Amino acid sequence: MEKRVTFKGWLLPLLLVAPQLAVTAVFFFYPAGQAVWQSLFIPDPFGLRSQFVGLGNFEFLLGDSYYRASFVTTAVFSSLVTLVSMGAALCLAVLADRLIKGASTYRTLLIWPYAVAPAVAGVLWLFMFNTRVGVISWYLGLLGYDWNHVLNEGEAMGLVVVASAWGRVSYNFLFFLAGLQSIPRSVIEAAAIDGARFWTRFRTIVFPLLSPTTFFLLVVNIVYAFFETFGVIHTITSGGPQQATTILVYKVFADGFVGQDLGSSAAQSVILLIVVGTLTIIQFKYIERKVHY
Amino acid sequence: MRRFSTTSALAAAIIMASTSVMAATEIQWWHAFTGRLGDLLAEQVTQFNASQNDYVVVATHKGNYSETLNAGIAAFRAGEQPHLLMVFEVGTATMMAAKGAIKPVYEVMAEAGAKFDPDAYLGPVKGYYTTTDGRMLSLPYNSSTPVLYVNRDAFSGAGLDPDMDLSTWQKVGAALDALKAAGHSCPLTTAWQSWVHLENLSAYHNVPFATKENGFAGLNTELAFNGPVQVRHIQAMGDWARDGKFIYAGRRNEGGANFRAGECALFTESSAGYAGVKAEAKFAFQIRPLPYWEGVDGAPQNTIIGGASLWTLSGHDAEEYKGVAAFLNFLSSTDVQAKWHQNTGYLPITLAAAAQTKAQGFYQANPGTEIAGMQMTGKPPTGNSKGLRLGSFDQIRAIIDEELEAVWSGDKTAQVALDSAVQRGNALLRRFEQANR
Repeated sequence: MEKRVTFKGWLLPLLLVAPQLAVTAVFFFYPAGQAVWQSLFIPDPFGLRSQFVGLGNFEFLLGDSYYRASFVTTAVFSSLVTLVSMGAALCLAVLADRLIKGASTYRTLLIWPYAVAPAVAGVLWLFMFNTRVGVISWYLGLLGYDWNHVLNEGEAMGLVVVASAWGRVSYNFLFFLAGLQSIPRSVIEAAAIDGARFWTRFRTIVFPLLSPTTFFLLVVNIVYAFFETFGVIHTITSGGPQQATTILVYKVFADGFVGQDLGSSAAQSVILLIVVGTLTIIQFKYIERKVHY
Repeated sequence: MRRFSTTSALAAAIIMASTSVMAATEIQWWHAFTGRLGDLLAEQVTQFNASQNDYVVVATHKGNYSETLNAGIAAFRAGEQPHLLMVFEVGTATMMAAKGAIKPVYEVMAEAGAKFDPDAYLGPVKGYYTTTDGRMLSLPYNSSTPVLYVNRDAFSGAGLDPDMDLSTWQKVGAALDALKAAGHSCPLTTAWQSWVHLENLSAYHNVPFATKENGFAGLNTELAFNGPVQVRHIQAMGDWARDGKFIYAGRRNEGGANFRAGECALFTESSAGYAGVKAEAKFAFQIRPLPYWEGVDGAPQNTIIGGASLWTLSGHDAEEYKGVAAFLNFLSSTDVQAKWHQNTGYLPITLAAAAQTKAQGFYQANPGTEIAGMQMTGKPPTGNSKGLRLGSFDQIRAIIDEELEAVWSGDKTAQVALDSAVQRGNALLRRFEQANR
């Protein structure tokens, strides 16, 4: 069923992909190559001298049980962020899709959080849950619940997940809504005439037809959770309490930009690159098969 | 017509301003201060710029301490470094190891022919930034030391005598019991837990925080803060945390908000927290010396400093370094220092500034403000109480924070947590040693 366009010769196709290749080379291959190169050295912070250590940085990292534990933290964090942000967005999109009056107002309002930078989002949530002056922690206190994400690991994880997922809901919502609106009404109406109720229609028709959007968002959200969430973590927990919210990318940031340990930081970036690359390949190889285009 | 005259006057002003800027040599200073401290710093710069015509100091805020250091390092790599960089005490070992990137202060002063006497500075402050052979590498700027803040109203409210003796941790423990029994919700909180309850605790009890004189005598130092004194203290704090007598608020100075709002009875924090407490506290407060454990040999020794110093970076012209020397001399002049000390609660870094503050009657008018200075200079520093010079120390502090949180939450005993912190920190020290071999 695949469509193929055949070119005569090599020149034109090469020319057509050249801009994309150039962008990828300059903004991806070059820095990634630099990271790989740097990961083989232990440099001093000022770049005055550096020592070749081969795979020493990787040995150092993988021999550290706290670093290995950070993989589990990252897996939990990324799954939760993806699940929460996509789940909430799908619910909202389904509801917004059924709206008749004021649909565009709701949509606009739902898109707002996306404009908030992650670090600012972190501060906002931190204020609400601040153990001393937070509005929400105060109400929880009235209910007899002692909120303390400063020492409670589960609460800290919950808070950074919600804060990271929140801004992302808007983005996902936009895509889900567009996906829903591209599903032909006639299909759904036909099912309705056959007596299928909302939930059955959603399960057997809407969700499968939405799968290309869902798959795209799954990939994009996992990449987001892996790479772009350190601002939130930095402002809310700094990776604590203990190491409960130290995800891989936060450790890259902390070791490289706070600790000035550029060799270890580069090696961590390389490991992260491999992990996310592998994940994406797996997604394309196994999950994409279930996607109906 | 009126419009024309305004424009021409403006143009003339711009031309005049630009010629005067061209004539003066510009000195870039990157710092980490905002708010009131930032205002006071800007005032010093304005005062210096107005006092002479040869140099113009341009102060730029570059974020918090870590971010400022990071900005300086990145700028050095790009060849765009400022003349002066504010570096917190934790970054001292990193800067000292960066030979070729820094230009030691003693050298800047000597080349500029400026009058410079390292002995004018307080011993413990000077010692922190001076090589073992007595050469000062960076100029102390803001230095503070931890003290105990007491909410007197909270003591009276709990039926305790606010003047009760709180000089030892044993007595503080008894006070915490009484406060808790009276239903107080936050008997004790702290800021900067590693700095106060491990680094200063070690110096104050004359036990090593790390081997090789806490790193002063070589890069091959190893952490040693899992000894009996430290374990005893952290275990006591852990027990207090379990019983709700010590409330942990966060890794930095989050606890300050709780204390200033009047929620906590006791608070261990930098002497530089004085300005904030004085401005915000709506209760009677008092500064007391940091408590020590009675029965530990040699305690109380002296506490050590936190804060920042100014490092001169290499790669600029001799004329510009002359300006740096003039500015550094201005900063350490007695009037400037005395004013800084009185306004901020930071230590007076020169002996003359301390004497002047005393002569002006400041300590009598503001009881408690002299305690930090006395606590630091009460005894001549030993190898355990000169300060700390450890590489990757920012990361090591993060490790200590993590392990202490495990004690406060009851997940680990003090011994297990401190052993683990020492072991993890040593791995980082070995990496730092390797990077700077």
